Amino acid sequence: MRWIWIDRFVEFESGVRAVALKNVSLAEEHLHDHFPGYPTMPGSLMLEGMAQTGGILLGQKHDFEQIVVLAKVPKVSYERLIGPGETIRYEATVADDRPEGGTTAVTATVDGETVAEAEIMFAYLDKSDPAYGGVDQKNFVFESALMGAFEAGRGGSVAL
Amino acid sequence: MPSRDEILENIREILVEALGVDDDEVTPEATLQADLGAESIDFLDISFRLEKTFGIKIPRGELFPENLAAADSGFVDDGVITESGLAELRSKMPHADIDKLAADPKVENIADLFTVEMLVNFIEKKVA
Repeated sequence: MRWIWIDRFVEFESGVRAVALKNVSLAEEHLHDHFPGYPTMPGSLMLEGMAQTGGILLGQKHDFEQIVVLAKVPKVSYERLIGPGETIRYEATVADDRPEGGTTAVTATVDGETVAEAEIMFAYLDKSDPAYGGVDQKNFVFESALMGAFEAGRGGSVAL
Repeated sequence: MPSRDEILENIREILVEALGVDDDEVTPEATLQADLGAESIDFLDISFRLEKTFGIKIPRGELFPENLAAADSGFVDDGVITESGLAELRSKMPHADIDKLAADPKVENIADLFTVEMLVNFIEKKVA
């Protein structure tokens, strides 16, 4: 399994807002355990999708020059359960941005109905800082296949 | 210009939201880390909220200076902050109670400079 919790970007306004879609599918293994007989998209993975949308929005704003790390979720709320066959639309906007980090406000909707909202804070780490030299870049958003979701919005198709 | 009481009230709301503490825990003498459980990333969150609430800009390092006790700074000797270190703190953090730290200048006591009252002092100067 790949740690990619958005499928594609459909709107992207650099430094302002980004919209990504997540199609929930019964092909996803975890839905069969969460819960047996009642497949439900885990709230934690919706939060991850919201963070990936917001993280790429902030990263792109700074030309992906820093390591963008999810640092804190000051606020998150869920309105209803989401199941297979539904498409979640994550809309992230930049709420704050400073040299040390930034915050995004993300709203998740399904067919126009709000299903979750979150405020997500990211810290920026300097790639050239020796303290982070040992960081495995593959674990980070911009070096991973997740960027395929970003490219998918541009070209229409992409090999992940 | 808001009064000190008004500033404290706003800061109380900010800390309740940022740190998930009860409002009666946010007393002027409470320390952000030891008493209110703040971690380093919370300082960034608090800075954002202060900027928004009071309509100010807080340059990096002005409210919460970084690397105060770095090994090569020359400001620390055998776990104790030197006179020059205390002088540096006084100039960098006029909003903090350095006199109290000077009475027991152990490095680990630096964290106790970050009190609710320190935030009130900082904002009071900033909005003046």
